[in-house]
Amino acid sequence: MNYRWDWSILFKDTYMGWLWSGLLWTVIISLASWAVALMVGLLAGTARSSPSRGARLLAGLYIDVFRNVPPLVQLFLWYFVLPEVVPDSFGLWLKRDLPYPEVVTAVVAIGLFAGSRVAEQVRAGIDAVGAPLMPAALATGLRPAQAYRLIVLPLGLRAIVGPLTSEFLITVKLSSLSLTIGVLELTAQSRHVENYTFQGFEAFTFATIGYLVIGLCVTGLMRFIDIRIGGAALRKTPA
Amino acid sequence: MIVIDDLHKSYGHQQILRACSATVNLGEVVVVCGPSGSGKSTLIKCINGLVPFERGTITVDGVSVSSPKTDLPALRARIGMVFQSFELYPHMTALQNVSLAQIHVLKRSRAEADARSEKILARVGLGDKRDSRPSQLSGGQQQRVSIARALAMDPRAMLFDEPTSALDPEMINEVLEVMQELALEGMTMMVVTHEMGFAQRVADRVLFMDRGQIVEDTPKAQFFTAPASERARQFLTNVLTH
Repeated sequence: MNYRWDWSILFKDTYMGWLWSGLLWTVIISLASWAVALMVGLLAGTARSSPSRGARLLAGLYIDVFRNVPPLVQLFLWYFVLPEVVPDSFGLWLKRDLPYPEVVTAVVAIGLFAGSRVAEQVRAGIDAVGAPLMPAALATGLRPAQAYRLIVLPLGLRAIVGPLTSEFLITVKLSSLSLTIGVLELTAQSRHVENYTFQGFEAFTFATIGYLVIGLCVTGLMRFIDIRIGGAALRKTPA
Repeated sequence: MIVIDDLHKSYGHQQILRACSATVNLGEVVVVCGPSGSGKSTLIKCINGLVPFERGTITVDGVSVSSPKTDLPALRARIGMVFQSFELYPHMTALQNVSLAQIHVLKRSRAEADARSEKILARVGLGDKRDSRPSQLSGGQQQRVSIARALAMDPRAMLFDEPTSALDPEMINEVLEVMQELALEGMTMMVVTHEMGFAQRVADRVLFMDRGQIVEDTPKAQFFTAPASERARQFLTNVLTH
């Protein structure tokens, strides 16, 4: 291979600035879309197991649509199509007055996609682990809502910290899609550096390590949470 | 105390209970037995409304279980229930298991509830296990915590759904002893069980069920010495001779 390595470009002010700013945006988009995903996923996941038929249907519809359309297509729909199909004044506001429109759109699009996946995990956890204890909780005189809040939901959520870790990691990686609508996150900035310096390998090595470190932080955080709430101990429970 | 009148229950086309009628008086211990699939568990779960039924009535303490006007949670709070597979909350300690409904249903303060829970755990012989989680307890201990959880609500009656069926033989007695003590203290109890020894010791009456019907409802002595139906005689031969 005839490639002239030059790690020093990573330490030049301009390029280092771009890469760090990209890393920062990646972290911001990842955290924000994960927050959206968790909130929406919790809501839709619990709605799926609610006694109300309407709520179940609505949540099911959301999950089916958002889980089955490619996230990249969703991103384009939110960014390019939505402003054109809403009433003019709102469309104009989206295009002109919304602060950080690309970032906000990316957060919403990625968050809602990831949310549909989280919702299915939440539902699975509730069905498999929480719901079987419903009769016992009701038998003690708890109202259905109390039984749900105190027993079914906490148990269901404890059971899915593992799968949720994967969802969180996927969300981080999905943040790179936002470069397609012009967000200068980590991947975009790496390409940017490559274009200016022709030292793409170094730039993408930085990106790789960046994603790796974020991913390891996420894994560590989720493991910490798992241990704190006793999820790991629950899964070791002998039958 | 508990009056079951002409109860019918089916799942789809499968008829589970047919024209079941029975009464449990205050202070009485009634054992429900019969072959598997005869509807014993369904019957007992109808009593606190965990299983809905389509025909007939059940009244507990004068309150109709199936009436839409009934505050079912309030009714359930007055009837303790113990399940075959314990059904403890695995993410909570024994003490928290016993205190939860006291706090959220009876509105006792945490301190008050915990004090009561400790007393009851000690009573079922688990005073030293208050901070253990269900997974750290043996089956027999778990079932005793589950009995404590029901007792903590100061129930007017207790329902037991095969409380010893999921237990190792060695642990059956520790649970039966607790139940026997309860019976001697005058607790109104309805117990689905295959433990005929327990029935012989503490039951006042025995309900024998077969294929969704209460075939026999007789005082204990008569059931064990001279059961009226051929089916009950056959059942007794099978369970008592092994």
